[in-house]
Amino acid sequence: MREVLEGSHAVSEAVRLAKVQVMSAYPITPQTHIVEALSEFCEDGTMDARFICVESEHSAMAAVVGASTCGVRTFTATSSHGLALMHEMLHWASAARLPIVMAEVNRALGPGWNIWMDQTDSLAQRDTGWIQLYCENGQDVLDTTLQAFRLAEMVNLPVMVVLDAFFLSHTYEDIDVPDQKAVDRFLPPLSPRIQLSTQNPCAIGQMSPPAFYTENRHSIQAAMEQVQGRFENIQEEFEPVFGRKYAPLEAIECEDADVIMVMAGTAASTCREVISDLRSQGEKVGLLKLKMFRPFPTMLIRKILGDTQKVAVVDRNFSFGVSGIFAQEIKAALCNHDNHPPVFGYIAGLGGRDVTPDILKQVYHMTKTASFPKEDGVWIDLNN
Amino acid sequence: MAVKDYIRQRFFPHIWCPGCGHGIVLNALLRAIDQLGMSKNEIVMVSGIGCSSRISGYVDFHTLHTLHGRALAFATGVKMSMPELNVIVPMGDGDALAIGGNHFIHAARRNIAMTAIIMNNRIYGMTGGQYSPLSGYGTRATTAPYLNIDHDFDIAEMAMAAGASFVARTTTYHVRQMADILKEAILHEGFSVVEILSQCPTYFGRKNKMGSAADMMEMFKKNTTPIGSEAKKENPDLIERGIFVQKDVPEYCSEYDKLIENAMKGQ
Ligand SMILES: Cc1ncc(C[n+]2csc(CCOP(=O)(O)OP(=O)(O)O)c2C)c(N)n1
Ligand code: SF4
Repeated sequence: MREVLEGSHAVSEAVRLAKVQVMSAYPITPQTHIVEALSEFCEDGTMDARFICVESEHSAMAAVVGASTCGVRTFTATSSHGLALMHEMLHWASAARLPIVMAEVNRALGPGWNIWMDQTDSLAQRDTGWIQLYCENGQDVLDTTLQAFRLAEMVNLPVMVVLDAFFLSHTYEDIDVPDQKAVDRFLPPLSPRIQLSTQNPCAIGQMSPPAFYTENRHSIQAAMEQVQGRFENIQEEFEPVFGRKYAPLEAIECEDADVIMVMAGTAASTCREVISDLRSQGEKVGLLKLKMFRPFPTMLIRKILGDTQKVAVVDRNFSFGVSGIFAQEIKAALCNHDNHPPVFGYIAGLGGRDVTPDILKQVYHMTKTASFPKEDGVWIDLNN
Repeated sequence: MAVKDYIRQRFFPHIWCPGCGHGIVLNALLRAIDQLGMSKNEIVMVSGIGCSSRISGYVDFHTLHTLHGRALAFATGVKMSMPELNVIVPMGDGDALAIGGNHFIHAARRNIAMTAIIMNNRIYGMTGGQYSPLSGYGTRATTAPYLNIDHDFDIAEMAMAAGASFVARTTTYHVRQMADILKEAILHEGFSVVEILSQCPTYFGRKNKMGSAADMMEMFKKNTTPIGSEAKKENPDLIERGIFVQKDVPEYCSEYDKLIENAMKGQ
């Protein structure tokens, strides 16, 4: 059924349809609408599920880790400082190989208190062993959340579904909300790999001395290596039921492009318009939208970007002392490719500042005319 | 000094909703400080995040607006570095007792000299009215649309049990008592806890059908009684207000100085 929903409710609808059994959360703007809707579903019987209201995000992740260890489908949602506070638990969830799904609303970190859009919070968690999927619009949010459960349960790794604060979380769009039967066909009940059971007692979280630790870490990487292929398989199951499909990376007008712009989230929607404007003026420009950030689809990146002339990455995030994080990762992915193109990094849209078509056009023209990239990136929307 | 000299006028208008109790707390706090004749420069206000914590933006002291729940931990660092300063830590009930509960009991246990003001509106106001550890059994919130089953704490009892050497409670209705208690709390050498029942008409009031801000304040008048009153004996449900504990217990920073002094003896 088509409904007009805000991005937050695209998440809560997907969680309802996924028949999650246990959820836990602590409120933080702009995640609150997600968890308020879910706590209502739990209490009014819409869902056969429990919602655990805890005293912090650290406890929220601990509670879902506990629940997931019991073999039930779990979910949580957070943002910004909430995610930062969860950091310790994020490592636990992935190392315990628990298929937890989390919605993370991209929001700036303080101080300099700011509740608006910024990607640094989620990107700062890139080394925690969580799969990260970025969304562009409300439909993408709903579908990605559904797929996240399937993916997490296939590879036994937790998945973070990332959506832009306000631009996505609080924006209403026309969204196709699938019916329960269709979702049930796509997403079977969870059959947990690890489960506390009186029949089969196990000790979880034991010492892992030097003799085992490396193998343990390697097994997480081995699971990560399967993710991209599994994600592509999932699309083959998803499309016949729902009529939509997604790719780890989406290449728009990239085949003959001399400059390819790269970004994630809602800015990519703006960029689609910019690309078509520039194309109509005869400019050979393309857009690469990042959806999957962990695992990083390195070979796919090389295939799409390896032979273009210039790459322009727009980062709504920054790693102090280096550059934008996406730019850094793209450079690393390309560096072993022969004759790879130069990567131009641009920092824009931090702390809720809008990434406008004019800014994206400026990014394009600067890249086209510049001979060398500035290594740590250009702060394109800096006010003087 | 005029009260308005303690205010950062450039940050006004404030963010609080009409009728919010937090403004009354700001008022009484400034009066208390004015009556004590304190200079702006001897006060550090450390707050976390929440509607209540915004108070630190509006006062012209040294102020640190820190992380949600962590104000007391930051304040401990400030006090240990500059024990001569007066540290005041305004917090919401969520800030102090949900995410910051651990810091609260340990600051009380150490008896470090600072004034912890808990503006208890029984809800997470800033994030839109989710229930807090102080909402109490049977109340409603955006995360408890069909009644809350979590029990609340008694902040004063918990503070006493944790070791706070000054513990008091008042309400936004009792503004004069609030200023008097705050003066005592600020002067006290040790960890002082002042719980102030404050109204959030926007969320707690609306969700629990408690009427206007004025109606909520009327309830504070009706439902509270001075400590040890006859009324309390007749109606045990009344909430006591006043000073529960005010005792001399060695203060953490001065104990630390003594420790060093002892250790250095003979050197
Ligand atoms: C780590 C973290 N989690 C969550 C939040 C979101 N948050 C901001 S204020 C607040 C609660 C506010 O309630 P309270 O402390 O009772 O103060 P009030 O707003 O009611 O005065 C929450 C949950 C945050 N800022 N940081
Ligand atoms: S939401 Fe509640 S606590 Fe926050 S300013 Fe409004 S009335 Fe006060």
